[in-house]
Amino acid sequence: MNAPLIGARIPRKEDYRFLTGAGRYTDDVTLPHQTHAVFVRSPHAHAKIKSINSSRAKSAPGVLAVYTGDDIAAAKLGGLPCGWLITDVNGQPMKEPPYPVLAQGKVRFSGERVAVVVAETLDQAHDAAELVEVNYEVLPAVVDAVKALAKGAPALHEVAPDNTCYVWALGDKSAVDAAFAKAAHVTKLEFVNNRLIPNAIEPRAANGSYSRADDSYTLYVASQNPHVERLLMTAFVMGLPEHKVRVVAGDVGGGFGSKIYLYAEDVVVTWASKQLNRPVKWTADRSESYLSDAHGRDHTTTAELALDKDGKFLAMRVKTAANVGAYLSTFASCVPTILYATLLAGQYTTPVIHCEVTAVFTNTSPVDAYRGAGRPEATYVVERLVETAARELKIDAAEIRRRNFIRSFPYQTPVALLYDTGNYDATLDAATKMADVAGFAARKAEAAKRGKLRGLGYACYIEACGIAPSAVAGSLGARAGLFEAGEIRVHPTGSVTVFTGSHSHGQGHETSFAQVVADRLGLPIDSVDIVHGDTSKILFGMGTYGSRSIAVGGTAIVKALDKIVAKGKKIAAHLLEAAEADIEYDRGVFTVKGTDKKKMFGEVSFAAYVPHNYPHDKLEPGLNENAFYDPTNFTFPAGSYVCEVEVDPETGVVRIERWIAVDDFGKIINPMIVDGQVHGGLAQGIGQALTENCHYDASGQLVTGSFMDYSIPRATDVPMFEVDTRETPCTHNPLGVKGCGEAGAIGAPAALMNAITDAIGAKDLPMPATPQTVWRAIQNEKAA
Amino acid sequence: MHPFIYHRPANVNDAVTLAAKGPDHKLLAGGQSLVQAMKLRLSSPSDVIDLGSIKDLSGIKASGSEVTIGAMTRHAEVEKSPEVRKAIPALAALAGQIGDRQVRAMGTLGGALANNDPAADYPAAVLGLGATIVTNKRRIPADEFFKGLFETALAQGELITSVVFPVPKRAAYTKFKNQASRFAIVGVFVAESSSGVRVAVTGAGPCVFRQKDMEKALAAKFSPESVAGVKQAASGLNSDLHAGAEYRAHLVTVMAKRAVENALK
Amino acid sequence: MAVRVSFKVNGKSVSSEVEERTLLVSLIRDTLRLTGTHVGCDTAQCGACTVMMNGRAVKSCSMLAMQAEGAEITTIEGVAKPDGTLHPMQAAFKEHHGLQCGFCTPGMVINAIDFAKGNPNPTEQDVREALEGNLCRCTGYHNIVKSIMAGAKAMAAAK
Repeated sequence: MNAPLIGARIPRKEDYRFLTGAGRYTDDVTLPHQTHAVFVRSPHAHAKIKSINSSRAKSAPGVLAVYTGDDIAAAKLGGLPCGWLITDVNGQPMKEPPYPVLAQGKVRFSGERVAVVVAETLDQAHDAAELVEVNYEVLPAVVDAVKALAKGAPALHEVAPDNTCYVWALGDKSAVDAAFAKAAHVTKLEFVNNRLIPNAIEPRAANGSYSRADDSYTLYVASQNPHVERLLMTAFVMGLPEHKVRVVAGDVGGGFGSKIYLYAEDVVVTWASKQLNRPVKWTADRSESYLSDAHGRDHTTTAELALDKDGKFLAMRVKTAANVGAYLSTFASCVPTILYATLLAGQYTTPVIHCEVTAVFTNTSPVDAYRGAGRPEATYVVERLVETAARELKIDAAEIRRRNFIRSFPYQTPVALLYDTGNYDATLDAATKMADVAGFAARKAEAAKRGKLRGLGYACYIEACGIAPSAVAGSLGARAGLFEAGEIRVHPTGSVTVFTGSHSHGQGHETSFAQVVADRLGLPIDSVDIVHGDTSKILFGMGTYGSRSIAVGGTAIVKALDKIVAKGKKIAAHLLEAAEADIEYDRGVFTVKGTDKKKMFGEVSFAAYVPHNYPHDKLEPGLNENAFYDPTNFTFPAGSYVCEVEVDPETGVVRIERWIAVDDFGKIINPMIVDGQVHGGLAQGIGQALTENCHYDASGQLVTGSFMDYSIPRATDVPMFEVDTRETPCTHNPLGVKGCGEAGAIGAPAALMNAITDAIGAKDLPMPATPQTVWRAIQNEKAA
Repeated sequence: MHPFIYHRPANVNDAVTLAAKGPDHKLLAGGQSLVQAMKLRLSSPSDVIDLGSIKDLSGIKASGSEVTIGAMTRHAEVEKSPEVRKAIPALAALAGQIGDRQVRAMGTLGGALANNDPAADYPAAVLGLGATIVTNKRRIPADEFFKGLFETALAQGELITSVVFPVPKRAAYTKFKNQASRFAIVGVFVAESSSGVRVAVTGAGPCVFRQKDMEKALAAKFSPESVAGVKQAASGLNSDLHAGAEYRAHLVTVMAKRAVENALK
Repeated sequence: MAVRVSFKVNGKSVSSEVEERTLLVSLIRDTLRLTGTHVGCDTAQCGACTVMMNGRAVKSCSMLAMQAEGAEITTIEGVAKPDGTLHPMQAAFKEHHGLQCGFCTPGMVINAIDFAKGNPNPTEQDVREALEGNLCRCTGYHNIVKSIMAGAKAMAAAK
C-alpha cells in the first residue's frame, strides 16, 4: 500500500506547466478569425451622456463595429444582477438600480464603459477608440460614503435619491444599550477600513465566440466560478438558454475575489461575437483593471466595546457606512452585512452585539468581496477594540483575550453563527511562545538604544468559511445555492479523472484534491487528474471564494468517492464470491472480512468496464459517480497572529521584524500548500495595513490608477513568516477541514496596526500606515 | 501606441540629423521611460530614432581624476563596473538603486539625463559630483544642465554622448523610495572633493537642486551633525499623495545626514 | 508600415514583419505564440514579461520589438532541457512551492536565473532586492525567496 497522501507535503502537479510556460490563461487563447475589443471608458466620475458620435471610429482602418448603450438597449440586454437581496431595517428590499453593460444616458464612475470598438487588430481598436466622440455634461460627484449620505449630496440613482442602498442591522440593540449604560469602561474607535484594489497579476480577460452551427456561444474568461458566470449571464442578462453557452475558465492568474463577478466586458464580447459572427477578445490593461475591477473594503466605522472592571467584555456596538460604489456588483450587498456583522463576536463570549450598516452608492468603481470579504473588516473592529481596551485598562493584551475566550462548543454567538468547534487558547499560547513575548521588553529596550521604536501586536481572528448552507444563505437573501458538485470518473485501466465545481487559480486543487482521491483509492497521485473550470465538462459548480473549496468542493468529491467505493464493494463481493456485507475497503484494497482474500481497486474497476464476470443482474457496468454536497454549517477557521515591528522615528518607516502565525484550519491535506496560502494572505493583509490605498480625488478621478501610485507589497516589504498550525477538526464534514485561503488577509491588518500603535504610543492610526502617516503621528504624539 | 516611423542610425551624425528635424522626432536610448509613455499614448512621436546601434556611445573610461561614461551605458554596467566602484563607489551604488534589475539592464545614463524626471536618481549624482555633460555640440556643466521639470539645456537635435564625472574624495547617495513606483521621494547625493562640498537633492522638488545651506555647513565640517540641524524649506517642494512638501523637506535633512554618515564609512 | 526584425529565440532564428510600434512582448506572444511570457501591467513594474536578452533579464513590455534586432532571446519555453528536464531554478521553484497561480512565475524564474549567475550563494536580503522588479500577489514572496536561494546554489553546483 502507498504511503498516506492526506497530510503529505507533495509538490504540485500543476507546477510543471506553469514553470515551462505551458499554462493556458485566457489571453493565451487565440481563436481563428478572432477580433479585438477596446472599451471607451468615461473620463468623468459623474456625467450625463448628451451624445455619442462614433462615425469617425467606424470608418477607421480595420474597424468592424462600434457599439454603445443604445445598441445594448435595442438588443434588450439586461443589466448586471446582484446575487444577494438584503432586506433593510424596515423590511424593505435594498435599492437595486440598473447596472447596464454599456452606459445608458449617464455615467456614474470614472472608467465606466461607454462604448466598445471591435477591430481586426488590437492597435486598430485602440486607434479607433480615440475617435469615438462622447459629449458629456459633467455633474458633481461624490466618492466618500459619509459625504454621500449628507443632505444635498449629488444623487447617483433615481431609485435611491439619498444614495442609500439599505440600512441593515443585526443584534439586540436595547440589550446592547443597557449593557453599555452599566459598563465600567467603554473603549471607542472611529476608523476607515481602507479601500483596496485586488490586483491579481493576471488582468481580467474574455474571449467570446458564437457558432451558427448550433446557435451556441463559448466564452473563455478569467473567472473563479464559470458556472455562476454562465448562470447570471444567460438567465439575467442575455436571456439565453443555459445549455447554449459554454464558459471556460482555464488557468486563471489569481483572483482574490475580483474574478468572482459577472462583468460587463464578459457580456459585451459574448453578445458582440454573434453580431459579428467572429470571436471577440478583450484583455484588460492594468490601468483598466484599476478602474473597473471590483474594489474591496471601504468601511467607515464607529466601534465601541463595553467592559467590566476586570476586562470582561459586556457588549459591542458597531455602526458602519459601507461604500458599495456606483452600482451593485454581484455579491456587493452581502459583504458588509452577512459576511461582516456575523463575525463581530470574534473568539469571545461578548454576550450582546449590535451592528448597523448603511450601504452607500458613490461615484466610484463597484466594491465587492476581496480576500476575506467582510471578515477582515470585522476582525479589524474586534481586534483593534480589544487591544485598545487592554491598553486603556492596563491589562496584558494576551491576558484580556484569554479572559474572554469561548471555551465551550458548540457556541451560539449573539450574531447568528453557531461555532462548532475551536481551541483559541491553543493557537494563542503557541503564538505567544513562538514570538518570545516574554523577551519583548528587552528587545524594545535594545531598539530604543539604537533610536528605534519597537512594538508588538496581536490579532486573534475567526472567520466563517465553507460557504454555505444553502438554506441558511437563502433565508438571508442569497439568490443562489451554495453547494458544490464533484464527479469521479474511473477509467477502465484504473486511472481517474475528477471533475470539480471548485476552481483553482493558484490554490493548488489539482494537487490537494488529487491527494484526497488517490489516498482513498490507493492510487499513485499521478493516476488522478483534476479537471475544473469548464462548464462543458463539469456537471455544475458554484466556484471558489470564501475559503470554501476543500470544505465544500472537497466534500462533494468525498461523497462521490463514497459512491465509488460502495459500488466497488458490490463488484468485489461478486469477484470474491463473498457477501457484500463482508467486504471491507481500505485505500485501494477490497478484502473479505477475516480472510486474506482481496481484490485491488484496479481489478475492480477493470471488471466494471470489461464486465465478463460481473453481477449484471444487480449492477450497471462502469464506474463513474457524482455527488452534490450542501454543507450543514459554516466552518470556523481561527488563529492567533503576533507581529513585532520596529519604527524609524526619523522617517516613519515601519519594518516588520517578526511575524508569527498559528492557525487552526482543522485537518490539513497538504501542509506545503496551506503554508503558502497563509503566506500570501499575510502579505495581502500587510499590504492593506502598510502600503495599499485606493484613492479617488474629490472629483472622482482615481489617483492611484497604476502600480506607480498603488503599492502592492514587494519582496522587500515583507519578512519571512513563521507559521504553524493547531488542529481541531471541523465536526460536520468528513475530511474535518475548514479552509485556509483568506486567514492571513483577515488577521494581519489588526495585528500589524496593533504593533505599530504600540511602538509609537498612539491610540489609533489610519491604514495604510505609510511612512508619512506614521511620521506625522509621531510628530503629533510629541506635540501632545 | 500611436504609429511612428522607426530609424536606426549607425552613427551620431545621422542620429542628430534626424533628431534636428523637430520635437516630434524622439531619440530612443534604453526606452525605459519613452516606451512606457508611448504605450500609454502620453507621448506620440512621429519618428523614433533608436540609438542602440551606435557602438561608440557606450563604455566606461577611468583616469585618475575622472570617470567618463558613455551616454548609452546601461545602469547595470555602471553598477557593476570595477572602475566606477573603485573611483566613485557612490555612483555605482546609485546606479544599483535605479528602478529594478531588469530596468537597469536596459536603461541608460544619457536617457535618464535627457528625460530629467524630477524623481530620477542620476541627476543627483551628476549635479552632486559637478559632472560635465558632453554632447555632440558642446560640454555642459551640471549646474547649467538641469533647467526644470523634464527640462534640460539640450537643444533640438543635440545628443548627449558621454558624461565626465570628477572623482571626489568621498561621496554617498541616500534614497528614500516611493513605496509604489520606487522612484525617489527624496534622494540626496553628497560629495566632498578638493573643490568643496556639493549636496544635490532629487525627488523633493520639480527638478534636482543643490542644497547650499548644507554645502556650507559641511564645508565647515564634513560630519552628519553639521547637516542634522539644517532645515530645508518646504515651499516649492513637491506634494502628492505619497509625501507632502513638509514631509519631503524633513526627509531632505534626514537623507542628507545619512548620506554623510555613509560617505564617512 | 511594416519593418523586419530578426533575432534568435530559444536558439532558433526568427525573422518577422511587424509594425514599428510592436512591443517585443507582443511579437513573442502574438506572432511567435510563445505565451509563457505574460503581461501583467502597463507601467513596467510587474515583471511578468521578463525575458532573457543577450544573457540579461529585461522587460519585454518596455521594449520595441525592433530593439531586439540581432539579439539572442530566451523565453520561459527555452529554459528547461530539450528532453523536458527542468532547469535547476525551475526545479527549486517546484520543490519550495515558489508559485501559486503561475502568472508571475515565468518572469520570476528568468530574472532569478540571471540574478543567480552572478550570485551563487545569495542572502535572503540579496534575493528580496533582486525581486524589486517582479510582483507576485499570491505567495507573499516567502517561498519564492526560498526557491531562489536554493536554485542559485543548485545552479552553482551544476556548473
